[in-house]
Order: sequence, then C-alpha cells, then structure tokens
Amino acid sequence: MDLCLFSSINTFVTDPLTHEFMRKALFMSSLVAAVCGFLSSYLTLKGWALMGDAVSHSVMPGVVVAYALGLPFSLGAFIFGVGSVALIGFVKQKSRVKEDTVIGLVFTGFFALGIVLVSKIKSNIDLHSILFGSPLGISISDVKQTVLISLLVVILLSVFRKDLMLYCFDPRHAKTIGINVFFLHYLLLTCLSLAAVVGLQTVGIILVVAMLITPGATAYLLTDQFDNMTIISILSAIISSVIGIYCSFWFDLETGGSIVLAQTFIFLFAFLFAPRYGIFKFKKFFSNYK
Amino acid sequence: MDKPNYQNYRIEAENICVDYNGKVALYDANLSLKPGQICGLVGMNGAGKTTFFNSLTGFVNISKGKIRINGETLRSAQKDQTIAYVPQSEGIDSQFPVNVWDVVMMGRYGSMNVLRCPRESDIQAVKDAIARVDLMDFLSTPIGNLSGGQRKRTFLARAIAQRASILLLDEPFTGVDIRTEKLISELFIQFKNEGKTILLSTHDMIHVREFCDLVLLINKTVVAYGETSEVFTPENITSTFGGISPDVLFGPES
Repeated sequence: MDLCLFSSINTFVTDPLTHEFMRKALFMSSLVAAVCGFLSSYLTLKGWALMGDAVSHSVMPGVVVAYALGLPFSLGAFIFGVGSVALIGFVKQKSRVKEDTVIGLVFTGFFALGIVLVSKIKSNIDLHSILFGSPLGISISDVKQTVLISLLVVILLSVFRKDLMLYCFDPRHAKTIGINVFFLHYLLLTCLSLAAVVGLQTVGIILVVAMLITPGATAYLLTDQFDNMTIISILSAIISSVIGIYCSFWFDLETGGSIVLAQTFIFLFAFLFAPRYGIFKFKKFFSNYK
Repeated sequence: MDKPNYQNYRIEAENICVDYNGKVALYDANLSLKPGQICGLVGMNGAGKTTFFNSLTGFVNISKGKIRINGETLRSAQKDQTIAYVPQSEGIDSQFPVNVWDVVMMGRYGSMNVLRCPRESDIQAVKDAIARVDLMDFLSTPIGNLSGGQRKRTFLARAIAQRASILLLDEPFTGVDIRTEKLISELFIQFKNEGKTILLSTHDMIHVREFCDLVLLINKTVVAYGETSEVFTPENITSTFGGISPDVLFGPES
C-alpha cells in the first residue's frame, strides 16, 4: 500500500517531466516567477500595485506593433510600458484629475489600442496567448529573450537592492545624502516594465500584475526583515509556478490562471496563519518551535 | 576643511521660492545660520515649514533664490553628507520591514560604495549612534514594534551616524515620551557644543524659549527672524498665526 502510494506520487511528479515542453515550461515559469517575486517586494512596499497593473496592461500595443514589425516583442513592450508611466505623470501634472483616475484612464486606453491593433494587423499574433499566456508553447527565441531580460532585471535589482529599499522607505533621506532618487525611480519603473514583459508570457497580460504583487504581499505578512521578505517572496512565487503548472498538466487547467490561483492560495494561507500578522496568530507555536 | 570656519555661515538661504505646479508654498524666504546655532521654525500647518525643510535637503527644487551650504552648492553638500533630515513621525511608514540597526545604517549609505557594504568604520559609527540615543537593547527590533519616542530616537541616531554638521528636524518633540524628550534636549546641547547647526520645527512654544538661540516665524514667507528674546513676541506670534492671539493658542503663561 505504502509502496503503491509512493509510486503514484512519483508518477505524479516525474511523468510531466518526461515531456520536453513541460520541462521548458517549468524552467521558464520559475525564472519569471523569481524575477517578478524579487520586484514584488519593492512594489508592495512602495504602494505601486496599481502602477504595476497599469504598466502590464499598457505593454499590449507595444507587443503587437513589435510583432508586426518583426522586432523583439520586449522592445515594443518596454517602450509602451515606460511611455504609459510618463503619460500618467504628464496628465496628472497638467490636469486636475486625480492620480488613480489618470492611471485607470491611461492603461485602459493603451490596452484597448492593443486589442484594436490585433484585430487590424492581420498576422499570426495569437491574442489568446498574449492575454492569458502560453508557457507550454514558448518558442526558442522567446526563451532566449526571457532569460536575457530576467538576468538583466535580477542584476539591476541585486546591485541597487539597498538603494531601492531606501528609496521605497524614505526617499527624502536618500535625496539628502546625495543618492540619485530620480534614477532610482526610473530604474524601478524600467524593471517593472521588463518584468511585465517576461511575466506576460507565462500568465498573460491580464494576470501578470498578480505575479508582481501577490508574492510580495504574502512575504510582507510573514516577516519584519526586508531581506527575508525578498527571499520569501521569490520562493513563494517559484513554488506557485510549479504547483500551477503541475495542476494545469494533471487537471487540464489554464496554466496562467493556475499559477496565479496557487499564489492567491499561498497568500490566503499567510493571511490566516501568519505567526504575527495572520488572523489566527500562531506566534506561540512558532516561538516554541524555534 | 575639517575645522569649521566660525566666521562663515552653515546655511544661507536667500529669497527662496517654492511652488508646486503654480501653487506658491513659500516665497522670498531668507535664513542664515552659523555653526553651533539652534533655530526654531515656527508656523501654522501649511505655512511652509516642511517645504522649507524640503528645499534645504534638495527634495524639492526651488523656483527662485539661492541656497549655499558651508559656502558651497546644495549638490556638493549632499555628496559630503553635510545635511541630515529627521522626519516627523507621520512622514515614515512604520510598518516597513526594517529594524533599528537597518535604519541607522541608512545614515551611512552616502559614504559607502555602490553596493552599500558596511565597513568596520560604518559598523562602529552605527553602534556609537545607537548607544547615544540609548537603544542598544533594541538593535534588531522592527521599527513597527517601537514606541513613538523610540522610533524618533532611531531616526535621530541615523542623523548622528551620518555625522552631518547640519540637522533638520521636523517636529522632533511631537508624540514622544518624557524620557525621549529629555534625551533629545540633552543631545541638542551636545550637538551645539560640537558646533553642529540645528533647524527644528515645533508646535511647542516652551521648547523654543528653552533652547532655540534664534527663531524663524513663517507664514508662506518669513514673518520675523532673529534672536529668540527679541523676535519671539506675542505680536509677532499673533501675526504668524493669522491674527489669533498667542494666549488662545498656548495659554497666558507661555
């Protein structure tokens, strides 16, 4: 009986790994999740969740235009991602409309433009895979691009880890001691655009914002240390990706949706049982355990 | 370079103006402070106190006027770690996942390499600073678990660790316990003797009389500026607070 259970678990885990596309999907999703998870702790602390949503939706027309022109889709996405943020800043400054309204207005405008462009430009763009992601069908050139962008973001975030933390925590102090706050602001935005670009391949444009905020929010409930928060955020994002992809394989579910749902469940678990900040505080249990 | 020239001004602000998208927050403000001087910044809410601080730290750009720090530009003062800013309690996110040690170490970032790896000297500076504000027992306490007074001392320690010669303090006495208040007052005297220059905003008129050499009364611009004994008169305070008598504001005894 025990042996039988063990072998069925074994099959459950290893069977999908015999497929090339599954190995690739697992690798890619974990990589993307790690990148988004890393960035996530900064975005949640900075209060940029809505900004993340805006940027990730705004990259849509960029992706379509880049495909149509035969350019790397990341380039188009990046331009439109940063452009949307610049536009949000401009409209906010030049009008009396409130910021959250401006954000909503700009990103839906860009998103709609993207959808219209897809219908107009007759090409082999698959709207479904842009909207919902397609980690099981990623091409080799996309893999290369994603790995490159991911590495770039990870390196940038690692080098400026402490400066970005300070920028999120107390930009006034950062400015006072001669740190270039303007640069850090745009660095974080650049990383956000790039992360949105790689994220949209696995979970799609609509859900990529979840990759950018949920792991950070989960980690925020579990620790009071910034470095630990980053690590927990990355780990929870990777675990969610693996769970999501396995569930998608065995139960024939939409992959992007499964990954995000796994993240949401992990958040829910932290929300309920986090030692200090959960609804049922398990502080005692954990302090005994330590 | 190391020995401050006591003839020179630490802070010189000449006719500075700040506006936010056309809305004037501060205009024609002047201030000059020497080493070892403590100046109180007094004004109503929205009178431009925080804006004044922001322009001196470079956090907002001035639209007109000139700021010289130790005779040099603001930019080089920032690079030299000359100015430290101690935020008011509401100005920071107390739920941010950092502890006392992390916050005080932030005071050293400006003198570290690009990766912000602390050297032995940075670690020593942080330890000394934390000892001076009497928080050695709270090194790894998250700032969210500190009392208002302890948190205020943490940010003061950050300014000490920075080894700045100019301290800007936004409401240092608001929401702190008596012990912290006493400790901060004692530190101010030490800073003064070390030749540091202090500019602090406060709502408490007693504090102004107690240890401010100079007082700057503002209401969008400078209403009065000078020696506390000469400038801090009921008439001036009344005009600073828009015609409300100081008796009403602070009681007849203050």
